[in-house]
Amino acid sequence: MKARVLVRPKRGIADPQGTAVGQALRTLGFTDVRGVRIGKCIEIELPDGDPDAVLATLARMSEQLLANTNIEQYTCSILDEDA
Amino acid sequence: MRVAVAVFPGSNCDVDAYRAMSAVLGQKVDYLWHRETNLSGFDCVILPGGFSYGDYLRPGAIARFSPLMASIVRFAREGGLVIGICNGFQLLTEAGLLPGALLRNRDLMFICDTVCVRVERAGTAFTSRCEAGQVLRLPIAHGDGNYSVDAATLAVMEQKDQILLRYCSADGVVDDKHNPNGSCANIAGIVNERGNVVGMMPHPERAAESLLGGTDGLAILGSLVDYCTQRNHESCAC
Repeated sequence: MKARVLVRPKRGIADPQGTAVGQALRTLGFTDVRGVRIGKCIEIELPDGDPDAVLATLARMSEQLLANTNIEQYTCSILDEDA
Repeated sequence: MRVAVAVFPGSNCDVDAYRAMSAVLGQKVDYLWHRETNLSGFDCVILPGGFSYGDYLRPGAIARFSPLMASIVRFAREGGLVIGICNGFQLLTEAGLLPGALLRNRDLMFICDTVCVRVERAGTAFTSRCEAGQVLRLPIAHGDGNYSVDAATLAVMEQKDQILLRYCSADGVVDDKHNPNGSCANIAGIVNERGNVVGMMPHPERAAESLLGGTDGLAILGSLVDYCTQRNHESCAC
């Protein structure tokens, strides 16, 4: 099964990349852009298993390595293989 | 004094640190490859600058799990002296030995420059040769040096005198104009509560000989030598 972990800067944490990309979008004429935040999308392949157990494993991976929880938040999901 | 210089795949200031501690300061220095685990007999570990494991995921995120790093965490918990410089500072925050995190520089630019930092706390193992308020000129070279920490933790750090260095003007004024990377409270270096683990973005090892453009880095590295020499002398029965 495939799973996805989205890692994003926590609210209130500076995101210089997001700020710069937001400015670039406004320069391109997308003047109604109010804010941009940039994170990471991590896709992981795992053996098929109980979804709750897989989500718990993904959370442990996120806590230990994939996210720095001082500055980042994460959300884990299991992807629909057919999607 | 015996010094270990950690070497990870992607470290690139290890030779500079080795040379500053050995050729300049006359200490016995060994490189320790990231797979090593034995730190017995060492007084101090230097985590050098560079891009350990390519800085993949986040700077220091993968190096944190190397066998050597597990030993360094134990070494620090037993009171051993650890100094993380640049990538080493990032690694110490990832490993949980120091609070906070290093974000991308405010202006996204990789900054390679010489800056002034003010010594906020003298008398530590890392600043025994310094006076409080003293200004050091040190090189910086980083893309992720923007120190970030939550307000509550910062307040505790301030109260416990854990801010070691702040970016400043040549005459010691700390303001946003002299903050090269957007660091919270102009922080360039911090020390843990116990006083044996330091992280700093500026490179003292690159300012250890006049040929390199300055010797202010010896105020930090020489302090370590003085501290360990005195400590070892005191613990010696002779």
